[in-house]
Amino acid sequence: MRAVAVVGASLAGVETARALREQGFDGRLTVVGDEDRLPYDRPPLSKEYLLGKAETDDLALLDGDDEDRLGIDWRLGVRATGLDLRRRAVELADGTEITADAVVVATGAAPNRLPGTAGLEGVHVLRSLTDADALRADLAAGSPRVAVIGGSFIGAEIASACSVLGLETTVVEALDTPMEPVLGPRVARVAAGLHGDNGVRLLRGVPVSGIRGIGRVTGVDLADGTVVPADVVVMGIGAKPATAWLEGSGLELDDGVVCDTGLLTAAGGVAAVGDVARLRGADGTSTRPEHWTAAAQQPAVAAANLLAGTALQEYRRAPYFWSDQYGVRLQFAGRAAPGDEVRVVEGALEEYAFAAVYERDGAVTAAAAMDRPRSFTRLRRGIGRAAAPV
Amino acid sequence: MIYACHLDDLPQGESLRVMADDPIALFNADGEIYAVDDTCTHQNASLSEGWLEGCHIECPLHEASFDLRTGQPTCLPAKRPVRTYPVTVDDDGGVYVDATVSERITEGAA
Repeated sequence: MRAVAVVGASLAGVETARALREQGFDGRLTVVGDEDRLPYDRPPLSKEYLLGKAETDDLALLDGDDEDRLGIDWRLGVRATGLDLRRRAVELADGTEITADAVVVATGAAPNRLPGTAGLEGVHVLRSLTDADALRADLAAGSPRVAVIGGSFIGAEIASACSVLGLETTVVEALDTPMEPVLGPRVARVAAGLHGDNGVRLLRGVPVSGIRGIGRVTGVDLADGTVVPADVVVMGIGAKPATAWLEGSGLELDDGVVCDTGLLTAAGGVAAVGDVARLRGADGTSTRPEHWTAAAQQPAVAAANLLAGTALQEYRRAPYFWSDQYGVRLQFAGRAAPGDEVRVVEGALEEYAFAAVYERDGAVTAAAAMDRPRSFTRLRRGIGRAAAPV
Repeated sequence: MIYACHLDDLPQGESLRVMADDPIALFNADGEIYAVDDTCTHQNASLSEGWLEGCHIECPLHEASFDLRTGQPTCLPAKRPVRTYPVTVDDDGGVYVDATVSERITEGAA
């Protein structure tokens, strides 16, 4: 194999480049990124970076040594617009193309936006450093009232940052309990309690019906007639895999790029990693783990399989994520299903300090903890090592 | 020298956190006591809360791993070493850390 093109220059793309080199690939390695900057780590954007406790340099995914060693041919600030599978050519927005023996799709996901919010000042999403800079600037201007739409992880972290900044903050969540689909009802109720206990208003069970304002946002309309006045609105309502550029390419798309559990697509020499990859198991079920850890760990498997030309390895790790909210570190691993029993192993839920397991038919399906990293790690290792593929 | 604990309070496989200008993590790895910076060089997490295996400590947040003997990272996402500190155990079992002297032992030495 003489040339590999990696499309996407965030965590999954960078780790793919690193894994290819570590596994002996010494050919031409091109990494395409639509942002005009070197790769950076995104989790701090809704945490330390928003508070000004971390700056751009702290987020760099590569240091000078890495750059020398990896020998990457960067194509930054240019978007991929198409993929010709027959020639394995990646077409770019500037009219050029990159041909390669293997292509890795690592284009991630793009944040969802409510309709009618384009161009309205004061309305934000948070995915990129540019997004974070814009939000940080808006939060620092005067003392804006903030409405966060969506009480999931990113929304909760943003609300937490706003409370630290002393801003009047409201979280609007369509579900009765935010994060319930992931954390299960019991732990989700505990997590939801953090908002109120830290002076943030949580309105739940009511969907948003519209955004108010002409030119600049003035508030959020809810379906029950409530109006939440706001000078800044942040939408944390999920993300869609960035696959538009692959429409018509022949790659199978189904809320992501469909690949096997070894991250290889049905098209020879094309792999997918990170948020954009939908892993389909032999039984037909599939998952698209949208977590930092998956983006960090999948590339080693994808690189090995691409270099071998066949799926020798599978990505088998159980999902794991963490979230920092209101000074509490929440960690979760595994997959909880409705009806799983939560058993507290240490601490107490209501004290926001606990380690717990989720159990079904006597087997542990997941683990959750707040501020109990040591116990959590022990529980997580029990899940991670025994997890079935996909 | 900072008095950290009594040896009895740090059984094999255990760790604890010592407050200093920069917090220090103390480990008993199979009878050997090691002291390194408590804060992971990758992102904000406490190594004394990590997973100890042999003389390697795995960060509880992102699974970065460090060799306690050298402070060197042995796996990503950490790329920079943690500082190591001299530890003394006196005849009464008192464990002391010299927080004023950080050591950078080169790879291979122990």
